Amino acid sequence: MPKRKSSRNPPIVPIRLDKPWLPLDAAAGLPGQLGVFELADDAGQLQYIGCAGGRSRFGLRSEVPAAAERIPGARRFRVEVTMAYLTRHQELLMAHQADEGALPPHNEPQPRLGRLSPGS
Amino acid sequence: MDLALTEEQEMITGMVRRFVREEILPLELTLDPDADELPEADRQRLTEKTRAMGLYGLDIPPEFGGPEIDLVTRTLIAIETSQHRAGLYAPCYGVFGGAGLAQLFEATEAQQARYLHPMLRGEKSGFFGLTEPSGGSDPARAIQTRAVRDGDDWIINGSKIFISGADRADFGLVFARTDPDRGRNGVTCFIVDTDTPGFHVRRVVHTLRSARYATELQFEDMRVPHANVLGAVNGGFAIANDRLSRQRIPYAAGCIGVAVKAHELALEYAPQRQTFGAPLSSRQAIQWMLVDNEIDIRQARWLTLEAAARAQRGDAFRKEAAMAKLVATEAGSRVVDRCMQIFGGYGVTKDFPFERWYREMRIRRIGEGPNEVQRHIIARDLLGASLR
Repeated sequence: MPKRKSSRNPPIVPIRLDKPWLPLDAAAGLPGQLGVFELADDAGQLQYIGCAGGRSRFGLRSEVPAAAERIPGARRFRVEVTMAYLTRHQELLMAHQADEGALPPHNEPQPRLGRLSPGS
Repeated sequence: MDLALTEEQEMITGMVRRFVREEILPLELTLDPDADELPEADRQRLTEKTRAMGLYGLDIPPEFGGPEIDLVTRTLIAIETSQHRAGLYAPCYGVFGGAGLAQLFEATEAQQARYLHPMLRGEKSGFFGLTEPSGGSDPARAIQTRAVRDGDDWIINGSKIFISGADRADFGLVFARTDPDRGRNGVTCFIVDTDTPGFHVRRVVHTLRSARYATELQFEDMRVPHANVLGAVNGGFAIANDRLSRQRIPYAAGCIGVAVKAHELALEYAPQRQTFGAPLSSRQAIQWMLVDNEIDIRQARWLTLEAAARAQRGDAFRKEAAMAKLVATEAGSRVVDRCMQIFGGYGVTKDFPFERWYREMRIRRIGEGPNEVQRHIIARDLLGASLR
């Protein structure tokens, strides 16, 4: 019988979104669920981190194209379905701030954003 | 025993109830269903109103500028301020202010000048760093974070988990072991600036409470001056323990407020909703749910007010606070669950607040000491420390 690997702490969900980028025309096939998303330009440079919250009409399916329309140069996206969309959104912003020293170019300044030093 | 509210209590609770209904509930309709913060302009406007009402900073002692309102009345107010969607964890979105870290009222003058007064003015915020990955219910034994004296400083190494607000805070109270051989008498409380080298917020901890995360902290050779010891060296457990008992009363009150609001919504809905040609309220199954709600709410309310009254009089209240926390969190969970059932499919949607209360109320049976620990506290009180 294989030995169970012991761990003091439970497994940790990856902090950063690292799924492959998808072309924007694939957004029509997104689920209508709530969650977070990222938009990037053609070169894969992150432009915006957003979330599809509880008052969005069709969740990620409506919020991703709507945000892409507002952001010039947004060509790709990736999403994560999560009911914890508010805290996950904050976490992605904090991680980006920690990694890059700034928020993505199309995110508004967040005076009350927390500080994270997540390591790699 | 007179269980009626005084004229002043009636007046104050009525004023707060109107504030919640006229100011908070309409605003809440415009926010994300999981939001726990108001837009800054609304927060400032409503804070001015609570100041004008003389009810800002309710838990701040009068000598530090708070209104002189007794604990029973403050508990009644806490039941009112939680009667909205975000009310369990963000009663009135914080516009009534708070005492912040009450432990700092016992700090030295220099510590008060640097941390307490700026906190009360809203210029600084702090966090309470007690729980560790090794456990939270038995802090006297579970604390493994270590502080070692080095000249005029202490060097702290270790970690904390489930800490709220540390990523935004300017400072925090960190409990660390300063004598490994003395159990609960070997823990010291330090005031730590969050810009101290070696202080790290390593990750966000997502929970059922989806509006606000907790954090995991790590301390690496963090150097803290001896002047930042709060209270006595090795006297940290008493500081933590006092806070844990006191906090159980407003914690219970919040659960009661949410239960009251959920019950009120169900009482309004059941006579309107028709099933098989008759109102839902004509069905005995529904009537009994409403009756059980009423009884749950009253039991929790009186136990919580009794704990508050004992604390106000200066009597021992640890057992009563444990009972209030235990009963209110379990009663609140049952009430929200029944109301969700009465609302059927609507009850589980984000159109109504029940699903948020259902998730957040589940945390309440674990937070501020799991209910099993509350039972242990009560049993210890009944049977003596050795449980003989």
